[in-house]
Amino acid sequence: MPLLLEPNTEEVKEKKLYREMGLTDEEFKLVERILGRLPNYTETGIFSVMWSEHCSYKKSRPLLKKFPTTGRHVLQGPGEGAGVVDIGDGQAAVFKIESHNHPSAIEPYQGAATGVGGIIRDVFSMGARPVALLNSLRFGELDQPRTKYLFEEVVAGIAGYGNCVGVPTVGGEIQFDDCYKGNPLVNAMCVGLIDHDRLQVGQAKGIGNTVMYIGSKTGRDGIHGATFASEELTDDSQEDRPAVQVGDPFMEKLLIEACLDLVESDALVGIQDMGAAGLTSSASEMASKAGTGIEMNLDLVPQREQDMTPYEMMLSESQERMLVVIEKGREQEIKDIVSKYGIEAVEVGKVTDDKRLRLTFQNEVVGNMPVDALAEEAPVYHLPSKEPEAFKRNQSMNLELPEVKDANELLINLLKAPTIANKEWVYDQYDYMVQTNTVLAPGSDSAVIRIKGTNKALAMTTDCNSRYLHLDPKTGGEIAVAEAARNIICSGAEPLALTDCLNFGNPEKEENFWMMEKATDGMAEAASQLSTPVISGNVSLYNETNGTSVYPTPVVGMVGLIHDIDHITKQQVQRAGDLVYVIGETTLEIGGSEVQKHLFGHYEGATPKIDLQVEKERQELLLKSIQQGLVQSAHDVSEGGLAVALAEKVMGTSYGLNVALQGEHLLDLFSETQSRFIVTVAKGNQEQFEQVVSDCNLVGAVTEDAKLNIKWNEQSVINQNVDSLTDHWKGAIPCLVKSKG
Amino acid sequence: MKFAVIVFPGSNCDMDLFHAIETGLGEEVDYVFHTETNLENYDAILLPGGFSYGDYLRSGAIASFSNVMESVKQFAESGKPVLGICNGFQVLLEAGLLPGAMKRNEALKFICRPVELTVENNKSIFTTNYGLHEKINVPIAHAEGNYECDEETLKDLEQNNQIVFRYVNNPNGSVSDIAGIVNERGNVLGMMPHPERAVDELLGSADGLKLFQSMLANWREHHAITS
Repeated sequence: MPLLLEPNTEEVKEKKLYREMGLTDEEFKLVERILGRLPNYTETGIFSVMWSEHCSYKKSRPLLKKFPTTGRHVLQGPGEGAGVVDIGDGQAAVFKIESHNHPSAIEPYQGAATGVGGIIRDVFSMGARPVALLNSLRFGELDQPRTKYLFEEVVAGIAGYGNCVGVPTVGGEIQFDDCYKGNPLVNAMCVGLIDHDRLQVGQAKGIGNTVMYIGSKTGRDGIHGATFASEELTDDSQEDRPAVQVGDPFMEKLLIEACLDLVESDALVGIQDMGAAGLTSSASEMASKAGTGIEMNLDLVPQREQDMTPYEMMLSESQERMLVVIEKGREQEIKDIVSKYGIEAVEVGKVTDDKRLRLTFQNEVVGNMPVDALAEEAPVYHLPSKEPEAFKRNQSMNLELPEVKDANELLINLLKAPTIANKEWVYDQYDYMVQTNTVLAPGSDSAVIRIKGTNKALAMTTDCNSRYLHLDPKTGGEIAVAEAARNIICSGAEPLALTDCLNFGNPEKEENFWMMEKATDGMAEAASQLSTPVISGNVSLYNETNGTSVYPTPVVGMVGLIHDIDHITKQQVQRAGDLVYVIGETTLEIGGSEVQKHLFGHYEGATPKIDLQVEKERQELLLKSIQQGLVQSAHDVSEGGLAVALAEKVMGTSYGLNVALQGEHLLDLFSETQSRFIVTVAKGNQEQFEQVVSDCNLVGAVTEDAKLNIKWNEQSVINQNVDSLTDHWKGAIPCLVKSKG
Repeated sequence: MKFAVIVFPGSNCDMDLFHAIETGLGEEVDYVFHTETNLENYDAILLPGGFSYGDYLRSGAIASFSNVMESVKQFAESGKPVLGICNGFQVLLEAGLLPGAMKRNEALKFICRPVELTVENNKSIFTTNYGLHEKINVPIAHAEGNYECDEETLKDLEQNNQIVFRYVNNPNGSVSDIAGIVNERGNVLGMMPHPERAVDELLGSADGLKLFQSMLANWREHHAITS
């Protein structure tokens, strides 16, 4: 029935209906040229979704080219469902991060839940078993009912999906800043494990092979989700709720097991998740990558609702669906494998040799397009950029440096700041232990999971301090990568590679695009210097609400290899009597810092500087000392500076610290100078440690007495019971969530 | 000793339980699918945690009607050990193999964390390797672990020494701090905490291992007498 109501080919052009789908006039003309005729309504929808930023990277591609994507560990770089790195013994780690920002702004529970579901499918579509999830989240301040609602529901959505599907949520980070009030960021990362010989590709090889559809039926949910994700949010965005999909983690769990069984069958040729742009993207990308075409009979597509049109079927983003290509004649084997899990596999088409996506419906051809044009030939834009005035101003600004009257009070206030405060309220809701591999749980610098049957473990983290990027995107981009590597090192791991989720505002605004250019410059440089190539990722643009952009937030997800589980190092002190070292000198750098936010309510000035060469050397030496068994605990210094990092070394433990520091300005204690670590070392290892890590300063010792004592130029400036600090730190978020307002 | 780990659609601690038996305990173990009806070859049945059938309708409700459950009931009636953990406990309640029911956690949120338990009964075949009132550290991970029963049932549970584990700091609102109970005969144990997650010090605790070791010790003793 709705088919009759669909606009005809001429109407699409005359009424410029393609504009609503996200195509520009020029792009529509290009489609017309490619086809040699006018596209019909369905084809217009298919082109618009495949050429959306979400699927085509048409506005970010020139920037992504700068990233190093190869290295000695890399088995699969960007382009497949997820990136793959070698971890020795014929095993590999598979990982990727992806955004689900817009859906989460509108429908936070389902938006976050389906974000988790989507990234898990990207990983098991490579043939890997998903073994860990992380989340990088950004919200507005927790002082508004709407923000609290978004925060609580996003966390509940992640928990609801991840817990049910049986993949532990082991880590991530959360930052709170006003710029995310209307446009929260929800980035989900999944890590999988695989043996090299099981690696799959999403390719439709073999002319005549059968295309099969596996998983949930197709409904009308999520139509044009990818296009919706490529637009700014406005007050009317609530009307786009139908563009948000609904997740079924139970089906996903069955799908994981069924697909991992499928991988064992040599009848399987290619497999891909129906993610953004659903059937359309999976079919056209699989064919394009293999140099083939696909013909699909849409009457055969399993449908959840009645009278679905080709347009709706092709653009639906119903969840928990996979497209697979099977050796012709072996369809029954596939059906038998998946039916064990109560799942249907249905033949919907075949691989052809004409490089076209041809769709039939009720005995008529309803779409016929070149697959390469859809998957590879979206126009690439080199957008103009302009340095924002504020950037120069910030670089040359002389910051006001207030006297710190009460360092105790300042420390407590920073520990209560939501970005620094303990996130137990959040990760208590995540099953972070299922699969029984979690050695270091959420709340550590890196999460660590052991690999059963080996002596190895994987460390993983997500990081991005967007405040630095807001002031200085290049330096901020470098710091994002460096900090991720620092966290990996602290756990005793060698950083292997990274995945990135580039969250930015509208790239058509010149100053925004300049931010993107600089941020990616910085990330590319740091990734290359620190030998952590970019193996997968995602771009999320148009993160704006009513014209105001979020801070540039290119989240870095990094994975490292712990060669021997004996190297696993915790962030908190381990025993009394150990020596406390600070690695790296401190200078007074408060631009973009937590203390600046606390004292002034905004960020300005120059960010902390970073020297990537120094960073690399320190990281290597610290890792060496950890691997030699010289380090009891290690923690990087980040938001809140030394004072907060020292508190974090002891909060939640029964120990204390006696530390003596020197400097010009007491504010140094809260400075966010980069490339610093705090480590504890057993007395017996003092000499050896100091030989390995040359630029370390012995500042004190771990005490039996659970007190944090910090002396500054011989004066006692911080003197607190650890229990009381822990209470402030742990109580802040539950208190903010509960409070009305 | 040969263990069976029952796999329902949506079970997600089946592999953890399998690993705990195979590697932690060092005994034989098989996955047994929910469609199976013959459990003759096994000495103990383990119902794993997870979200059987997505926990749609009610936790454990749909799984309690699966084909394998009739055989599990017969297995229990024959006096052999049946252990239900987390979702497995919920299935045992729904199947009527244990008394009582589960409500949502008091705070209405999923809770995952290590908790301290007291061993209240070390005479059961599941707990003989523990000391009486021994404090053990075992993780919980559930949204519906708030155990509820009427006063009469609670009195029976207490009188018959059926309360096997109690929480030291009740995390979910369970009546009388109950974390695990056995049936009157003592061969069916349901517990919300996950002993299979506590079999390796590397992950924080190995206190759960004694539970499986108790089962093995009792089976060996019984086996020595009967054979």
